[in-house]
Amino acid sequence: MDADIALILLQDGIVNGSIYALLALSLVLVFAVTRVIFIPQGEFVAYGALTYAALQEGRLPGSVWLLCGLGAAAALAGLVQQRHFLRAPAVLRLLAETLALPGAVLLAALWMAPRKLGVLPDALLTLAIVTPMAPYLYRLAFQPLAEASVLTLLIAAVGVHLALLGLGLVFFGPEGYRAVGFSDARVAVGPLVIPGQAFWIVGSTVALMAALYAFFGFTLAGKALRATAVNRLGARLVGIATSLSGRIAFVLAGGIGALSGVLIAPLTTVYYDSGFLIGLKGFVAAIIGGLVSYPAAALAAVLVGCVESFSSFYVSAFKEVIVFTVIIPVLLWRSLRSTGADEHE
Amino acid sequence: MLGRRLATLLLAATVLGAAVPASAQIKIGVTISTTGPAASLGTPQRNSIALLPTEIAGQKVEYIVLDDGSDTTRAVANARKLIDENNVDALIGSSTTPASLAMIDVAAEKKVPMISLAASSRLIEPMDAQRKWVFKTPQNDSLMADAIADHMAKAGVKTVGFIGFNDAYGDGWLAETQRALAAKGIQLVATERYARNDTSVTGQVLKLMQARPDAVLIAASGTPAALPQKTLHERGYTGKYYQTHGVANADFLRVGGRDVEGTVLPTGPVLVADQLPDTNVIKPVALEYVRRYEAANGPGSVATFGAHAYDAAILLQAAIPVALKKAKPGTPEFRSALRDALEGLSETVLTHGVSNMTPTDHNGFDQRARVMVTIKDGAWKLLP
Repeated sequence: MDADIALILLQDGIVNGSIYALLALSLVLVFAVTRVIFIPQGEFVAYGALTYAALQEGRLPGSVWLLCGLGAAAALAGLVQQRHFLRAPAVLRLLAETLALPGAVLLAALWMAPRKLGVLPDALLTLAIVTPMAPYLYRLAFQPLAEASVLTLLIAAVGVHLALLGLGLVFFGPEGYRAVGFSDARVAVGPLVIPGQAFWIVGSTVALMAALYAFFGFTLAGKALRATAVNRLGARLVGIATSLSGRIAFVLAGGIGALSGVLIAPLTTVYYDSGFLIGLKGFVAAIIGGLVSYPAAALAAVLVGCVESFSSFYVSAFKEVIVFTVIIPVLLWRSLRSTGADEHE
Repeated sequence: MLGRRLATLLLAATVLGAAVPASAQIKIGVTISTTGPAASLGTPQRNSIALLPTEIAGQKVEYIVLDDGSDTTRAVANARKLIDENNVDALIGSSTTPASLAMIDVAAEKKVPMISLAASSRLIEPMDAQRKWVFKTPQNDSLMADAIADHMAKAGVKTVGFIGFNDAYGDGWLAETQRALAAKGIQLVATERYARNDTSVTGQVLKLMQARPDAVLIAASGTPAALPQKTLHERGYTGKYYQTHGVANADFLRVGGRDVEGTVLPTGPVLVADQLPDTNVIKPVALEYVRRYEAANGPGSVATFGAHAYDAAILLQAAIPVALKKAKPGTPEFRSALRDALEGLSETVLTHGVSNMTPTDHNGFDQRARVMVTIKDGAWKLLP
């Protein structure tokens, strides 16, 4: 091992770590606001990557139909949930959100897919297709359980994960796809040859973190999310609709997942079931951050990325073992430090 | 729901069957991995089952196809269900080695012949009282590893780096590669492993390149096999690339793109059926399969994995008439006769080779079951 190799491994670790950081952020966000441990996060990565790859090949991605189906299901669920106080504006808003939006995305996809408009329109369309699935899922699976215990919500999340995994196989097929990156440029820095895509990944992560910081610090919706995270009941008492906060959190989570997918698709071959493991590594990072601290989770994610890349150099056969073992000392340390009171609600 | 409907149908069939004893029919139970990690193997196999004949030697043949989700437990449950509830005369499956290994116990206990579509030679070796009931259509790893070592020796390769899956597939290949390379006096200088779902193999590739091997062998299956090769390319590795027959489908070419040009790999002749010399007996059988598969599933859709299922049916087609002379379908005597008939098959031409079964070799393939191919201009090309 010399300095060159260490640098290359470090670069690889940081690039992968950035993806884990994005996922860790959104896991922390969703957990803080809704107390859901969002296991299906990884599926959004896979959906994003596969949708993006399909658009680049000029095919209509199967996820569009999934979006329409989920939208229709969410519309039904919404109507049932609101059946006792149906009023025209609320119903119209619901239908616009769950039927008109997927319809518009479908039309856009039908028009754009065969034209191969290039990486940026494809990436945006991918976000438009995959992101709304998250709030629909929230309406379908989590909103009716909003007051349930963390464990019940976790079980629901596992259920959603398994359902999305099966749907992924139906809509994308068993084979993997790989996409073209935003940039083919390569920058030589000393012994390193950094692919342009790496800059895109790290850059997007940093930009997104800054945007989230601004969102939470300076906008009303962001402050409402924070208030919900700090104290659900208190937030409701001062007039914040916690179900709306939940939906916003899921929109962000879906968007971050889809974006991670678009960013990672050119680096590796993505399968319908690839997302889970990627999401799990984001989860490790989120746990190290205690599921509450954004900066700690982001730093931990980069650490996970580096541990992964160095262990794949030294003992490739035990790479995953090492990555997931990292969580044990952290949990020990946290449980020794914590007073144990914050777990019970 | 579906299960209940199936049960009702089966019940109806049994009642009808009892009423009209002359319409005895042969039942073949199939359990393959059409979902889960091995779905890229199971999907073409399921499509191939749809092409199989519904009548053999004047007897109606029914195929009952179940999905085991690439899961060992479910494969065993499926095998039991097919035997206990459907009273099948033979089993085909499963798609992967671990699932097939677990099914051996069931097949042997119930005395039902089973034809596995998985590659490992551990399925039929060492031959014992249990494995007596097991046959398999894919080539043994050892046959393919020898072919690679041969080619390496001829190409003047002295040192080899190995990177393979971190599972039974990689383990099997590592053992076979060590044996085959040692026989040719070629040195294995680096051994690295990775997982199917890895997003990066930079670490492993750097380690491989430090050892400076003349050639790299990638022991992985399907499209994940492209990742190490792409990374090696990216890092400027200039030696030769070898892959295994696990990558022989169109999706590998699609995902690999320019980076897999010039790769050498052993495979069954069906992959390059149209390039085989006309004197090759396998050619017409393989071409017929490719034509029928592509007519049903679209041009360019054929994969060698599906052909293993088709080959299993060719074996049964050859063995069933022999067994019918001894007993009626649906009886233990018939199943035993079918096993004996399968073991006695000789010079059966399959899409993947010519099989000569013996009591100690339940695969029966020889050198004719493998060809060396390379990738040129995004297509498979037969090497002389």
